Amino acid sequence: MFSEMIRKKAFGISLAIFVILLLAPSFLSRFYIYFLAVIFVTALLAMSLNLCVGHGMLFQFHHGVFYGVGAYSSGLLLAKTALPWWMAFSAGPLAAALAGLLIGIFCIRLNRLYFGMLQISLGSLIWAIAFRWYDLTGGDDGIHGIPIPDFIASTTSSYYFVLIVLGICVALMYLILKSPFGSTLQAIRDNPERCAAVGIHVRRHQLKAIVIATFFGGIAGVLFVVVEGSIFPDLLFWVLSLEIFIMCLLGGWFTFAGPMLGAAIIVSLRTFVGTYTEYWTLILGVILILLIFFLPEGIMG
Amino acid sequence: MLRVEDLHKSFDEFKAVNGAHLTVEKGQLVAVIGPNGAGKTTLFNLITGQLQPDNGTVLLNDEDISRLPPHVICRKGIARSFQIANVFHRLSVFRNVQISVLSQRKLSNKLFQPAARLVVDETHRILESVGLLDRKMDVAGSLSHGDKRILEIAIALGNEPKLLILDEPTAGMSPEETTTTMALIQRLAQEEGLTILFCEHDMEVVLYKTNRKSCARILKSSKPTWETNNAHG
Repeated sequence: MFSEMIRKKAFGISLAIFVILLLAPSFLSRFYIYFLAVIFVTALLAMSLNLCVGHGMLFQFHHGVFYGVGAYSSGLLLAKTALPWWMAFSAGPLAAALAGLLIGIFCIRLNRLYFGMLQISLGSLIWAIAFRWYDLTGGDDGIHGIPIPDFIASTTSSYYFVLIVLGICVALMYLILKSPFGSTLQAIRDNPERCAAVGIHVRRHQLKAIVIATFFGGIAGVLFVVVEGSIFPDLLFWVLSLEIFIMCLLGGWFTFAGPMLGAAIIVSLRTFVGTYTEYWTLILGVILILLIFFLPEGIMG
Repeated sequence: MLRVEDLHKSFDEFKAVNGAHLTVEKGQLVAVIGPNGAGKTTLFNLITGQLQPDNGTVLLNDEDISRLPPHVICRKGIARSFQIANVFHRLSVFRNVQISVLSQRKLSNKLFQPAARLVVDETHRILESVGLLDRKMDVAGSLSHGDKRILEIAIALGNEPKLLILDEPTAGMSPEETTTTMALIQRLAQEEGLTILFCEHDMEVVLYKTNRKSCARILKSSKPTWETNNAHG
């Protein structure tokens, strides 16, 4: 009844936003189209992280690694092999999910903060590989000018590609969260001990959630390559992981769409305040302090 | 059905359970009694796998289930409630029970089917039998203490257990709530033919309500314990 009304309203609003975004290239300048595409990529990344953090209470502190693995896998295949684009694109999420599985198997044995700490250590190893293996990855410089398939090479077409993929992924994530799998994951978040006592293999369920989240993180990585045409080790650096973690907290980590809002706010801050001062993180810091005091569950929470 | 043999568990130097023996036959309503700190909760945690015993065995239908993880023990047919209201606070009452029904039906891993349409009837039936149906849309965290404890029992029922273990089901309840809860437990035992093992520190509750052939075994521990056999048998 009441919740039904809210749901219909939420659906209406998201549909309206989607239509406006579809029309956006006809009235926005190229810079803003690119800027929106960056927000979409980051929004997908934050949404994928929130599957673990908000809905699973798994402190995935180094989610950026899977974004980076997705970007590097597809970027390297596009730049260094003659494989068709769709194979390079699918390699991204698959490699990210594999990395998620391998790192997850070790981390899942630990709880909460220890889970996060181990993940930062293991993730940093992957960062070190990207940073040091100069022959393959271009080291600190990364690889630029990655050949993007013609049909999504222009700013507008890549914008549409990213928007559509984001739309599909968000719809899939919504379905997953409403499914028995997602409900059980949320139940584990609330009370893992009780879940084990009703016959749920808690660790295995959490591991599956990590693999799904890292798969979507890998898709975000591929989209990054599409938008930027380059890859560099900062994608896997822990600072970025912290930033997307903050996006989830800022937007509302117990809500479905909150992380997208968080991503939009932080990317905007970085882009617009960042042009005036390199100390834009100061403003972010102030916002975070206010957030902790006044909105501990995030803006949409 | 359930046989506990010479079970031991110590925490550092403290012997929480020191050689416990217990037998539960099918269809019985059995109470374990003893004062606070006698080791009742520890005993239950050992049976359902939350804790690993130092020594001794737990047999379910002659199968050794000691040292198995909790979710495996649950799948073998033992469901339980906890002493501290242990529900899924952010989820609705309906979802709380549905989680265990889904788990029981091996549907927990379905990815793209809306959960809202699955096992609805079964979940409603359980909520109705414990009297929580009209609260089904409420968030579990908003329930009163007494209702949370009832919800706990409902969650356990979702597993269609052969043996239901209730850890002090009336702890912290008002006298009226205690009466309702004990009536519910009795009804589950009589009408649904459930085998129930529960513990209590309040002798009154036990002697008043366990009218089947029931027994309560002594838990040897550093503190005094009581034993009563065939309370109303």
